[in-house]
Amino acid sequence: MIRVEELTKFYGQTRAIEKVSFTVRDGEILGFLGPNGAGKTTILRIITTYLAPTDGQVYVDEMNIAEHASELRRRIGYLPETNPLYVEMPVYDHLQFAAAARDITGRAFKSALGRVMEACGVREVLHRPVGELSKGYRQRVGLAMAMIHDPEILILDEPYSGLDPNQIVEIRALIRALGKEKTVILSSHILQEVQALADRIIILNKGQVVADGTSEELMAGFRGQATLTLEVKNATRESVAALGDRFPDARVREETAADGIVRLQLEYTPGATDSQGQGLREQLFAYAVESGWVILEMSRQQAQLEDIFRSLTIEQGSARG
Amino acid sequence: MADQWRASIRHVGIIFRKEMAAYFNSSVAYITLVVFLLISGWFFSSAFFLIGESDLRGLFSIIPVIYLFFVPAVSMGLIAREKSAGTMELLVTLPLEDWEVVVGKYLAAVALIGVGLLYTMVHFVSLAFVGTHVDVGAILAGYLGLLLVGGVYAAAGIFCSAATGNQITAFILAFLIAFVLFMLDKVLFFAPGFLTALLQYVSIDFHLTNISRGVIDSRNVIYFASVIALFLILATRILEMRKWR
Repeated sequence: MIRVEELTKFYGQTRAIEKVSFTVRDGEILGFLGPNGAGKTTILRIITTYLAPTDGQVYVDEMNIAEHASELRRRIGYLPETNPLYVEMPVYDHLQFAAAARDITGRAFKSALGRVMEACGVREVLHRPVGELSKGYRQRVGLAMAMIHDPEILILDEPYSGLDPNQIVEIRALIRALGKEKTVILSSHILQEVQALADRIIILNKGQVVADGTSEELMAGFRGQATLTLEVKNATRESVAALGDRFPDARVREETAADGIVRLQLEYTPGATDSQGQGLREQLFAYAVESGWVILEMSRQQAQLEDIFRSLTIEQGSARG
Repeated sequence: MADQWRASIRHVGIIFRKEMAAYFNSSVAYITLVVFLLISGWFFSSAFFLIGESDLRGLFSIIPVIYLFFVPAVSMGLIAREKSAGTMELLVTLPLEDWEVVVGKYLAAVALIGVGLLYTMVHFVSLAFVGTHVDVGAILAGYLGLLLVGGVYAAAGIFCSAATGNQITAFILAFLIAFVLFMLDKVLFFAPGFLTALLQYVSIDFHLTNISRGVIDSRNVIYFASVIALFLILATRILEMRKWR
């Protein structure tokens, strides 16, 4: 288990993160979401011991990483955001170097090499210098290096960077398979990818945790606006005008369509006990029956993770680069 | 404890091999070695036939001057290149200690200098064939002195490479440090009397001259060891400072 306690990091006078705390359970895939400059990379760099925090502690299985840095680096596989590689060095040498640094040599290296070649699809470029490879292949090499020692913890900073849609599907499947037995922390600004993979999501903004939970929990707890759209026939002007009085908590917008069809939109804030707006829909249906309306359509636009992300990272203040 | 040392030696070896491969996979090693050998060869052969003596004094006096450019060129990229390419993040998040990275890289630079010196032995071999009364001991002592001088300059070079993060700046700084260490002995008469002994001890040429005479004094050994250690420790500290930037 990884336990992060009140992590704060200043770069000179600039605060990158402030009092960030969270835990990651074994075998969990944790996704970091946040705009550029939110502090995702800083947190990952502290966990991998590349940076030291200005304040706060990180524990892996109750071991303080500051005191056991070398041992913890053996247990962590890390793909940095920029995926730095040696351009003149062939892929094989990269993998051999990463393995040797973990004392994996000889037969153990051959077995590890076979495993990561298959998993990351780097077999066909094994003897080519990295400088000759496409960005997608470089990303695979970075992943293969992070996995060569079969680490318990994988930390992947923007693992989809530079990959085409097919490669994204492949890498997603790979990370999902790895996540069954390993702890994975990944950061991405591709919201759908984090949602598709992560057991839990942490949204960061301006160096602070603004949301932490499964995507269902985040959506259930979201107090943003929801919209009910109603298309009705036979609606009298009076019955439409009275809608606002009947539902004082909702904002009613009316659009008259052709052939006597009226399109109504009710914006409302879902309550804690009625996040799906079920009560409102029932009341609206009853009102339509009472007013003699014929309902042609009733639909509900639920808040998506994207709305939550935007709400937490933009509406609370301008996003920082 | 013994296991820890064995692991450290293994790690230094891994970095050393990576650096040697980096030297020879790129043009760095070939260009610097060819230039080094061309210049040293020219100065040796042009003076050798004029002097008409069976020694390598001409060569040994010019190599420290060539070193002023050759060693900074060899060492300027050791850490600066990793910093600018971002590969430092990869390197220092491997289970290696920062000092192991510094020492591994330093030894690779010294090995490349050693390869350069090894090639100049062709002059020694020529001398052995055509010359008379060749003082093998003095020549070997001279080579040892040159390797140690190269070691000091390389340590200064890796320190500059760590301190600046820019290869050109690292080259200029390393050149300046090497130049000061090299020139001190030659400008002693400008120095106030009470400083003369100290400046002479700091001067690298003073120690090189002693060793080249075949006299290996503990004072010389302490000088080379301490200056090399000082620069390597400083380079390691600078590497560690990334965490607290």
